[in-house]
Amino acid sequence: MYQASLLRVARLYVSSPSVAEEVVQEAWVGVLNGIGRFEGRSSLKTWLFRILTHTAKTRGIREGRSVPFSSLQDEEGPTVDPERFFPPDQSVAPGTWATPPVPLPEHVLLADETLQIVEATIETLPPAQRAVITLNDVEGWSADEIRNALELTETNRRVLLHRARAKVRSALEEYAAEAT
Amino acid sequence: MITRRRTSGLSCQELVELVTDYIEGTLPWRQRRRFEQHIAGCDACPTYLDQMRATIKLTGRLRTADVDPKVEAELLATFRDWRG
Repeated sequence: MYQASLLRVARLYVSSPSVAEEVVQEAWVGVLNGIGRFEGRSSLKTWLFRILTHTAKTRGIREGRSVPFSSLQDEEGPTVDPERFFPPDQSVAPGTWATPPVPLPEHVLLADETLQIVEATIETLPPAQRAVITLNDVEGWSADEIRNALELTETNRRVLLHRARAKVRSALEEYAAEAT
Repeated sequence: MITRRRTSGLSCQELVELVTDYIEGTLPWRQRRRFEQHIAGCDACPTYLDQMRATIKLTGRLRTADVDPKVEAELLATFRDWRG
């Protein structure tokens, strides 16, 4: 149950898929040992993932990978290439699209290969962006759960989510342009 | 002729940075109104908004894509046995 999700979340904290598998096993042991203490105040699923993130964090620290997500303010600046807009000084309509986006064709939206592009792009994101888009858009966690698991402020969560989504969008746009 | 107007003081370049806050429903109402006015008068930004929404939907499909059908079948079989 939840195996793929557990692995995906564990992977955000540790260095390799095999370590993530160990973390998941360790978390299950923690669940079995602690089941008597489960008070039913949260859902079993929430509890399970709380134990998982705790286990994964501890393991990440042991691996020397203990950099908190909140300190990974990776980058600043616009999420869309400024070249795509008319420049401020020498145009009639500064800041409007010079190279506007083209609708993504239906066959691209439906292709399995497109999902692989999405997955591969998420893999390449800086750690904090990858963590936020994974928990928010793949796993569907609430803003609250994400802030707790990653120890982020709400502003950070939204900024990271915005940057991550913008990069995936851009990858899809590029892929669609090549595919047509 | 394509119209990409600078509507209600918000440029396309500014709008694209507000898209996540707009979708998440966290824009203050004044900004939200400017955002929607821009979208209504621009013929390129709605496409950008659509692409961001499509991106979110596709990303969400990664989770359903990886349910291992074999494991699921085994679980269901066990469940049926258990119920007799």
